[in-house]
Amino acid sequence: MDPVTLELPHTLQRPGHAVAQEPMTRPAGPIVTGTSVVAFKYRDGIIMAADCLASYGSLARFRSENRLFKVNETTLLGAAGDMGDFQYMKHKLEDVMTHEYDMDDGQRLGTKSVYKCLSNIMYGRRTAINPLWNAYVVGGVDGGERVLGYVDLYGTTYTADAVATGFGKQIAIPMLRRRVEGRADEISEEEAVAILDDCMRVLFYRDCRALNKLRRAKVTAQGVEISEPYSLETNWTYAESIVGYGA
Amino acid sequence: MFRNQYDNDASTWSPQGCIFQVDYASEAVKQGTAVVGLKSKSHVVLAAVKRSPNELASYMKKIIRIDDHMGIAVAGLTSDARVLSNYLRTEAMRSKMVYGRALPVGRAVNAIGDKAQINTQEYGRRPYGVGLLVIGHDDTGPHLYEFSPSGVVSEYYGYSIGARSQSARTNLERHFEQFADMSLKELIVQGLRALRDTMPQGKQLDSMNTSIGFVGADAKMTILDGDDTQPYLDLLDEGDAAMDTE
Amino acid sequence: MRTATAVAAPIEAHGHNHWSPYVDNGGTTLAIAGEDYVLVASDTRQSDGYAINSRYEPKAFVLSNNAVLGTSGCVADAKRLCEVLEQRAQLYQHKHDRQISTPALARLLSNTMYNRRMLPYYVFPVLAGLDSEGRGAAYAYDAIGSMERVTNSCFGSAETLIQPFLDNQVARNNQRGADPERLLTRQEALKIAIDAFTSATERDIYTGDYLEIFIIDAAGVHKETRELKHD
Repeated sequence: MDPVTLELPHTLQRPGHAVAQEPMTRPAGPIVTGTSVVAFKYRDGIIMAADCLASYGSLARFRSENRLFKVNETTLLGAAGDMGDFQYMKHKLEDVMTHEYDMDDGQRLGTKSVYKCLSNIMYGRRTAINPLWNAYVVGGVDGGERVLGYVDLYGTTYTADAVATGFGKQIAIPMLRRRVEGRADEISEEEAVAILDDCMRVLFYRDCRALNKLRRAKVTAQGVEISEPYSLETNWTYAESIVGYGA
Repeated sequence: MFRNQYDNDASTWSPQGCIFQVDYASEAVKQGTAVVGLKSKSHVVLAAVKRSPNELASYMKKIIRIDDHMGIAVAGLTSDARVLSNYLRTEAMRSKMVYGRALPVGRAVNAIGDKAQINTQEYGRRPYGVGLLVIGHDDTGPHLYEFSPSGVVSEYYGYSIGARSQSARTNLERHFEQFADMSLKELIVQGLRALRDTMPQGKQLDSMNTSIGFVGADAKMTILDGDDTQPYLDLLDEGDAAMDTE
Repeated sequence: MRTATAVAAPIEAHGHNHWSPYVDNGGTTLAIAGEDYVLVASDTRQSDGYAINSRYEPKAFVLSNNAVLGTSGCVADAKRLCEVLEQRAQLYQHKHDRQISTPALARLLSNTMYNRRMLPYYVFPVLAGLDSEGRGAAYAYDAIGSMERVTNSCFGSAETLIQPFLDNQVARNNQRGADPERLLTRQEALKIAIDAFTSATERDIYTGDYLEIFIIDAAGVHKETRELKHD
């Protein structure tokens, strides 16, 4: 009689057995995704925007997702990529901030420390070949200094006057290079909003995975403020003349 | 052999509410030469007398650097202090690696306080036989803490532990209200003045037996030994001369 | 080998099942050693495919013993490697109560890198400082820690443009009448480093923006920043 062999689903197999079978596989990419985050420095702090869409492949699956997260009084986090991984990261950062609160010793975890902590998590996961499939933008005011940084699923980090993820890197950054780079100190909040809305409008025109319902957030010395969702005015009349659009 | 029947281990109370093993460990602190700590609005200073076990030996190290922003002074078993300083150094490096920030001084002291507490409650352990003065400068300014074998940690404007430290504390208590606005130099001299009061009859502070440590907003943790302490010892003497003429 | 992630956004799913943990962020670092000094020069551009991430993201780091670590390759790995090396140098100082020497740090870097043999740091570092005789010392490495003391070295995206130039102008290889043993003066080295980068910037799109030059001598580390082409 044949011995009865119990086939476990491969996700439940013990690591020792997995070697004998086939190499362990992990989800090779993001599932539910958010698109660009755009952010830059202006006179009073950092301004950032992200739309409210979480896509499932090419399906516009969730239309009121918030991709901007207030980490603490001085730190704002914007996320692109897998929304599940983003929620995991939010929980992790909440744990860190709760621990800080529990210490109750007047110490504050500044934006730079949050950024460092976040980068370490991302680098650690990529080194374990089990990356969190995100690109994050961290903005904040740390001891009177504006901080704007980027970290992605490789643990790549950089700071700049203007930072964007994904499609925003292709479309918003060239606009921001002209309008922000080198003159961040001169930009008023009014102008910053105008520049940011222009970027988000063009992104909505050209990025199929963007939605005309977005949130804007700013970090100043006064703290973090995340807006309610709003829409931009668009004009599609000249779309007719673009080859391949309509007629 | 034993003073009483309640001091066999650190996990037995005496009917008077003492844990004798902890009391004995605190006695070990008093065997060490004195160390003094005091702080102003911008700096914290340590001053210590080093002991040479015999004529042929070098002087024992009393002040240990933990990180650029933190240092400790030791009274008691130096070997126990080394275990604690290694732990503090690792924690300081971890804080830098994980959060990119200097380890907050209060958290550092509480961490070793927790380690010490375990030794006062678990059977088969020995309390640390060392007291520390921990100085450091972090986001909330300069700090001076005392760590003791009982696991108690306290923060001070000025404090002293070790042999005859009561004399130094008396001196500090007389002057502590002026510490806040002192310059680093004044603070060091003030520390030496308190330290001098702990010296036994016929012994003087000199460049061989004095150790000075300081840290501040604009100064990384620095330890002065040997000839580097002479300028401050000279200032101490000058101060005395000035006082005599008054 | 450069992974072209420019068009495919990094957050996009890869079609196949295997994900590479490495990216090449471009940029170039060189080192020239002299009699009583050593020079390190790096550009500050950081790229991801065809996108410039930042125009000013330094990739050469001053360590606590006044040695300079110049990097190129994957910035995530480079930054971590630098942190790990700095902490190991700190441990050395705690243990021995003195700063680690450059030759000892050079070997420590080699071991640190070889420790990650199974998932190497994708970094090609040069380490520069003074040796125990006060002479300029530069060390060049591959990604798994193989090391060599050199008088000149260049790694990174413009390596193929700059290294032959250094072979000719610094090492003076195969030149009639030239003395290959002669080390460059400080002024010569500075001039060659600047020329190497301004020329490389003409042809290599991954090198540019700013040039940071570190000159290490007995007095310490002097840093100089110059502008390169921003295009």
